[in-house]
Amino acid sequence: MWIKGGLVFDPAGNVQEKADIYIKDGIIAGVYPGGSKNSDETVIDADGLWVLPGLVDMHVHLRDPGFEYKEDISSGSMAAAAGGVTTLACMANTDPVNDNPSVTNYILEKARQTSLVRILPVGAVTKGLKGKELAEMGLMKKAGIVAVSDDGNPIEDASVLRMALEYASTFGLRVISHCQDKSMSASGVMNEGALSSLLGLPGIPPVSEDLMVARDVLVSEYTGIPIHITHVSTQGSIEIIRQAKQRGVKVTCDVTPHHLLLTEEKVRTYDTNAKMYPPLRGEQDRLALIAALKEGLIDCIATDHAPHAKDEKDLDFDIAPFGMIGLQTLLPSIMKIHLDHGIDFMDLLACATVHPARILGIDGGEIREGARADIALVDPQKKWIFTEQEVRSKSKNSAFLGDAFTGRVVQTMVQGKTVYRAD
Amino acid sequence: MTWPYKDLIAIADLKREEIATILDMASSFKEISKRDIKKVPTLRGKTVVLLFYEPSTRTRLSFELAAKRLSADTTALSASGSSFTKGETIMDAAYNVMAMAPDCIVIRYPYAGIPRKMAQLLPCSVINAGDGYHEHPTQALLDMFTMKERFGNLEGLKVAIVGDIMHSRVARSNVYGLRKMGAQVVLVAPRTLLPPGVDTWGVDVATELDPVIPDSDVIMMLRVQKERLSRQFFSGEREYSFFYGLNRSRVEKMKPDAVIMHPGPMNRGVEITCDAADSARSMILDQVENGVAIRMTLLYLSLGGSVNVD
Repeated sequence: MWIKGGLVFDPAGNVQEKADIYIKDGIIAGVYPGGSKNSDETVIDADGLWVLPGLVDMHVHLRDPGFEYKEDISSGSMAAAAGGVTTLACMANTDPVNDNPSVTNYILEKARQTSLVRILPVGAVTKGLKGKELAEMGLMKKAGIVAVSDDGNPIEDASVLRMALEYASTFGLRVISHCQDKSMSASGVMNEGALSSLLGLPGIPPVSEDLMVARDVLVSEYTGIPIHITHVSTQGSIEIIRQAKQRGVKVTCDVTPHHLLLTEEKVRTYDTNAKMYPPLRGEQDRLALIAALKEGLIDCIATDHAPHAKDEKDLDFDIAPFGMIGLQTLLPSIMKIHLDHGIDFMDLLACATVHPARILGIDGGEIREGARADIALVDPQKKWIFTEQEVRSKSKNSAFLGDAFTGRVVQTMVQGKTVYRAD
Repeated sequence: MTWPYKDLIAIADLKREEIATILDMASSFKEISKRDIKKVPTLRGKTVVLLFYEPSTRTRLSFELAAKRLSADTTALSASGSSFTKGETIMDAAYNVMAMAPDCIVIRYPYAGIPRKMAQLLPCSVINAGDGYHEHPTQALLDMFTMKERFGNLEGLKVAIVGDIMHSRVARSNVYGLRKMGAQVVLVAPRTLLPPGVDTWGVDVATELDPVIPDSDVIMMLRVQKERLSRQFFSGEREYSFFYGLNRSRVEKMKPDAVIMHPGPMNRGVEITCDAADSARSMILDQVENGVAIRMTLLYLSLGGSVNVD
């Protein structure tokens, strides 16, 4: 099969050129920059389209097992496919928690049967995400996890974090850390500041994140073991990570599209779709994240796709659950950041493809001969509005609903097989 | 001229002239409560439902009497006697109440934002009787009415609000209202009870009460919420009352014509002593009396009354 005439982006090789791509047996069998000979095989006309490696989203909640009313592996994979995401890492805060190989096997088996995209489970750091005893990281690794994280819960005990880093590194697993000092953010539901006071909502101070980022960085530095900080949201965290990277600490981080594009202003109407952890911050924090992205300080853009049913979100702001979906707005958000802030598209693309793939130690996120034929075709000019009707997830909780985007996925392939095509 | 709003959710939504109109009109409504027959037919045939999801004595009674004195039919529902305890969401409760065609819902709710949402989604009038620590607009209006009665004008009046500003909807509503009316507000509290971003409120902030006392025309004491102690916002009642309590010696340092206010309920011996609460300067019961007049005014305006009454 051929994809002909598109503008091909390979963030791994930092190459952007018009080329034809030949796919055989689920693998990219050839990339031909000057065009290619005609053949009898199927041709996808990509004239005017961008040909991207399928996106790699390293932070997704699929809610399966246990919360299938919010999302399941099948529905989550449909949302991913529609968003051009061909590989995703799913977090362990399911019920039961993915803290043992049986749950890992369940996820992988269900993915094999029902998923349109490649699903790679993240195991828990501690049993039951309780922050006390280490989970069976080694056995889960054998079963197929790609990283460990207690995401949703911070690892409060510093000695547990140290053990977790050392133990995870034994099995070649990266720890993905959710940084939050809960003693400071106790009852908070939005960013702390003038707006939280105005709205009468309890605040989550930015420093509650900074504190944990600082601690994690120091423990990583002391042990010499890499750590990945997920969903960084504050200027303070960015400063700590910048300094750490400068002195050679092996810290990596990701930021969500919503923290890059939205601020706490979204909360002004008490819209619970804008309630998430970490909370949407102020404009100064958002601009610090954008600047850090420009500077190359941020390794990955990941969605923290967090589906919640309408019944749960349709509650008072104080008691509604945290989180928003993101798989279908990842690429459009990247386009928006590119257009609004003048950041090179290739650099942004690397943050959602090859960088997370490397951190997770997996293949994917590149277009070259021999690579997986995971491909997203994008119409870069297409203007559209993200509405509930567009959403393929079971849950519709997005703070981007109603927002206009430029650029849209028109076709997604996983190992050469089309898993999504726009109507 | 008709009143432009179906609802009253926040003082932050009102313009200066609109607050002035409410305060002017409240005087004529106050007169009704002084009559032998305390009832006018203004809202005959209208239904007012009081939904109270938090304990309340003053506000609930005040709204109920206000509605009844205007001849509206009222019914009150509290959290303990409602389906709230069976897990019904507030918006389901609101839609169910709406299905019975009330003209106005008065809502008190423990979390911020719900009265605004109800106002947007329901066709009837919605009056906020306090939501979380967001706003308590009728309390601020009755406070301003009480000050205006006493001092004639709010412009330039110096008002100190003392206590748990962080968790006080009364303080927020008063700050918005008093600033719009030209009063000078100073908030007094330990740092732990001052809200984040208070520097953007356009008011003075002090952590010491004593220097503020001789300058103030009004000293408004807020209730110390004892449940706050568990979060360690301050060390205890003894220390709190020593530094922030209004007692006899502080009352003696007040300006000759300065007054004491408190939205209630009081913790006697904590933020206010009997010497202060029961002194001639105390306007606390005037506030309660004026609450009925203010709520009559708001019910009348929200239910379509004309602003030109005599």
